[in-house]
Amino acid sequence: MKIVVCLKQTFDTEAKIQLDPSGKISNENVQYIINPYDEFAVEEALRIKERLGQGEVVAVSIGGAKTEEALRQALAMGADRAVLLQDAAFEGGDWHTAAVILAQAIRGMEFDLILGGQVAIDDGAAQVTTRLAEILDLPQVNVVTKLDVDGRKVVAQREGDGATEVVEVALPAVITAQKGLNEPRYPTLKGIMQAKKKELKILGMADLGLDPTSVGSAGARTRVQSYALPPARKEGKIIGGELPGTAAELVRLLREEAKVI
Amino acid sequence: MTGGVWIFAEQRDGQLRKVTYELLAAGRRFADATGQELAAVLLGSGMAGLTGEIAQYGVDKVYMADHQDLGTYSTDGYTTVLAEAIQRYQPSALFLGHTAIGKDLAPRVAERMKTGLCTDCTAVDIQEGRFVFTRPIYAGKAFAKVECPTARPVMATIRPNVLGAGQPTGNRNPQVIPLAVNLGPNSIRTLVREMVKKAGGRVELTEADIIVSGGRGMKDPANFKLLEDLADVLGAAVGASRAAVDAGWREHQYQVGQTGKTVSPTLYIACGISGAIQHLAGMSSSKCIVAINKDPEANIFKVADYGIVDDLFRVLPVLTEEFKRMLA
Ligand SMILES: Cc1cc2nc3c(=O)[nH]c(=O)nc-3n(C[C@H](O)[C@H](O)[C@H](O)COP(=O)(O)OP(=O)(O)OC[C@H]3O[C@@H](n4cnc5c(N)ncnc54)[C@H](O)[C@@H]3O)c2cc1C
Ligand SMILES: Nc1ncnc2c1ncn2[C@@H]1O[C@H](COP(=O)(O)O)[C@@H](O)[C@H]1O
Repeated sequence: MKIVVCLKQTFDTEAKIQLDPSGKISNENVQYIINPYDEFAVEEALRIKERLGQGEVVAVSIGGAKTEEALRQALAMGADRAVLLQDAAFEGGDWHTAAVILAQAIRGMEFDLILGGQVAIDDGAAQVTTRLAEILDLPQVNVVTKLDVDGRKVVAQREGDGATEVVEVALPAVITAQKGLNEPRYPTLKGIMQAKKKELKILGMADLGLDPTSVGSAGARTRVQSYALPPARKEGKIIGGELPGTAAELVRLLREEAKVI
Repeated sequence: MTGGVWIFAEQRDGQLRKVTYELLAAGRRFADATGQELAAVLLGSGMAGLTGEIAQYGVDKVYMADHQDLGTYSTDGYTTVLAEAIQRYQPSALFLGHTAIGKDLAPRVAERMKTGLCTDCTAVDIQEGRFVFTRPIYAGKAFAKVECPTARPVMATIRPNVLGAGQPTGNRNPQVIPLAVNLGPNSIRTLVREMVKKAGGRVELTEADIIVSGGRGMKDPANFKLLEDLADVLGAAVGASRAAVDAGWREHQYQVGQTGKTVSPTLYIACGISGAIQHLAGMSSSKCIVAINKDPEANIFKVADYGIVDDLFRVLPVLTEEFKRMLA
């Protein structure tokens, strides 16, 4: 079974968000991680390969030079090889162009299954893998908490609103990971050493044969006008005193001051 | 381009979702502000009566596909019918709720139409007749204003609870236009083998007006009864921090935060939750936040509008009684 995992490098969840002088999100002093949902996807791919006793796991990411670290981490976890899609022309793109780039890269590979995260925690879009599935004309099952590979099909448990669905789909398909799918392993020292020797290919626009007008800001369907930090919440009120007075006062404030009850 | 603002009228088991009402009411304002008609798109099976209900919301048209193949949501089936309708009737904008179905369907339709989509929007502005969307990024630690400059239709999924209440805006006797459903035998590639509905008549976390949430401070799964009792009185949903979920006290679908649900209720009551940045990410857009925590230094008090510094096991029963008395 050949599995492609789409992973994005994101800010660490603890990162403090600031704007730089040009009004963009600053990446100063920020630690980077593999998007947590994509880490579940990497883990799941490795488990499927281990269960079947054969196969290949390829980690693919669009990003800058720093993204190599995320891919090396996936290799250290056990992925067989990695592909970094990197080109200055990719900058200024959006979720549509990300899917266009990934589709072009993956189209040239042999694969049975594409795994990704249900959402990237930085842009919170939950679009790229679904758009990728559409471009490649593959079925998708999103927000998956359990996955069983059974020959040429998979059975996935997915979280809906107020219901859990068990969905069956034939391969090849695109599946996105939700928390609960597994607990990602930590790379071992041996894994980290081996990762240094594994193949990490860097492909740009020309290698992929992409049309420059289809990617970056030229190909984007959306445009960010501006970024802003959330307004500071006004100072809260600690209700002093003892029970039952504090509880009664809270109820009164919620009704009379906040008017939410 | 014929134009028109379309609202995807999401229904489940023949009932419209709460966010659908919010979108319909807001959609009327958007349509008026941009000088366009408002239409609802309704997909499903056996939805008798829903068009009458939608008609109360000032829509000019209802596009409806009532077909057994659409009885259960499928990405393929819904995308095909919706995309064909867009192709044929050329709306200029399409809004969906940021729900499980909305999240799954919108990007697929957007890619088929090769258009732009802004997901999980918390505000919609109109600038010179164009829609501009505010969307939280970095789990609410920043916001981006995003537009779709040229591609049409402009698409957006809107977070439940952010557009204001979905009040009826008057019946315009909308025209009901049936949509063709021509799904080939193998066109729906996923098969729903089983659907396990969550028990309990409690409101869905993301749609709830009030959420009472418990964290590690609850100490034991049985103690969640205290939150359930309060939630019953308030008609609230019960949420949890990741610590409570990781301990196995609550299921993951009730987790609030960066790797759980993002919620924007009118009132969020956090009990025994310290207020880690990943938890705040999921609830800091709540209109009013109450924290009950015995540690006066707990981070949750930095975002709380009201706080009680005390033992939650003592506070909760009294609070439940106080609410009961007030709501009686
Ligand atoms: C990648 C990543 C993603 C994460 N995603 C999430 C997420 O989605 N959601 C989330 O919630 N967390 C998330 N976390 C975890 C987060 O960092 C915190 O660990 C977690 O939120 C802590 O949960 P808690 O507040 O319940 O527990 P604690 O931090 O242990 O806080 C318990 C609180 O209860 C109080 N308390 C104890 N006993 C009582 C009592 N008797 N009466 C009153 N108060 C009492 C204590 O004073 C304390 O403040 C994530 C972390 C990472 C690294
Ligand atoms: N730059 C990227 N490189 C590789 N995969 C990506 C990239 N951006 C998004 N993805 C994949 O798409 C998923 C959803 O991302 P998003 O649509 O940005 O929320 C992620 O969890 C990844 O699996």
